Amino acid sequence: MLAEALFFSAVLFTIGVAGVLTRRNAIIVFMCVELMLNAVNLTFVAFSQVYGVGGQVFVFFVMTVAAAEAAVGLAIIIALFRHRQTVNLQNINLLKG
Amino acid sequence: MHPDLPLFYTFNFYVFGIVAVIAALLFVTRKSPVAAAMWLVTTMFSLAALFVMLDAQFIGAIQVLVYAGAIMVVFLFVIMLLNLGHPSEVADARGPGWKLAAGAVGVALLAQIFALTRAHVQPQVPPGYLQRQIQFRGVIAPVAGPLFHEYLLAFEVTSVLLLAAVVGAVVLGRRRMATDAG
Repeated sequence: MLAEALFFSAVLFTIGVAGVLTRRNAIIVFMCVELMLNAVNLTFVAFSQVYGVGGQVFVFFVMTVAAAEAAVGLAIIIALFRHRQTVNLQNINLLKG
Repeated sequence: MHPDLPLFYTFNFYVFGIVAVIAALLFVTRKSPVAAAMWLVTTMFSLAALFVMLDAQFIGAIQVLVYAGAIMVVFLFVIMLLNLGHPSEVADARGPGWKLAAGAVGVALLAQIFALTRAHVQPQVPPGYLQRQIQFRGVIAPVAGPLFHEYLLAFEVTSVLLLAAVVGAVVLGRRRMATDAG
């Protein structure tokens, strides 16, 4: 099932990339990043069948980093919302010259 | 196809994979953030099923616990805390230029990954290695062994990462202090 798993992983990752590029809601963009991480996890698990359990250990670390990223990223989104009263990425242009 | 795998297994693998892809498509196209989060939860549950079918039962379990459970609850909590549950009045999707760019990037990525998929993979372990490990050592021991031997340093550094994330989230999330405001 290696090829099928890689196929589904590729499709999910591409959907995530398309979502990041086409959506303006910061929270949905953030969830698209999580979807991309999940797609890569599927690749790791699929390859662990032919390369040994190292891939599964790596998925463990990816999940830890994703949890930390979700906590900090959502805190940043809350701070931005307090500042601008919106999470629309078009209106968040503090660094624009 | 794989002659050594039962048809039931193959069929269910495709079912869960297709459910994951359809739920992901619905997730990207929903306007309401809450509906999008629900479809993402569906994708993650289907992925957990795929993990279990790929002999990664422990990963499937923590996928449900950590991703579908903890992380998505935090997302829903923030959506409801900021009162973003309804579709926004301003157009959420970007203009046609961005959509074209997303399509081009998507096609390029898919072509690249399919080319990689077709490459021949040289197996490093004998076939059925994971099944035998699970049969003799249980579901968790094959993952826990390398985690606490070869990857022990990374495991310890992860605790520092989590501590930094907790401190960062608390500092970013607190209200402005009275001295700053006054």
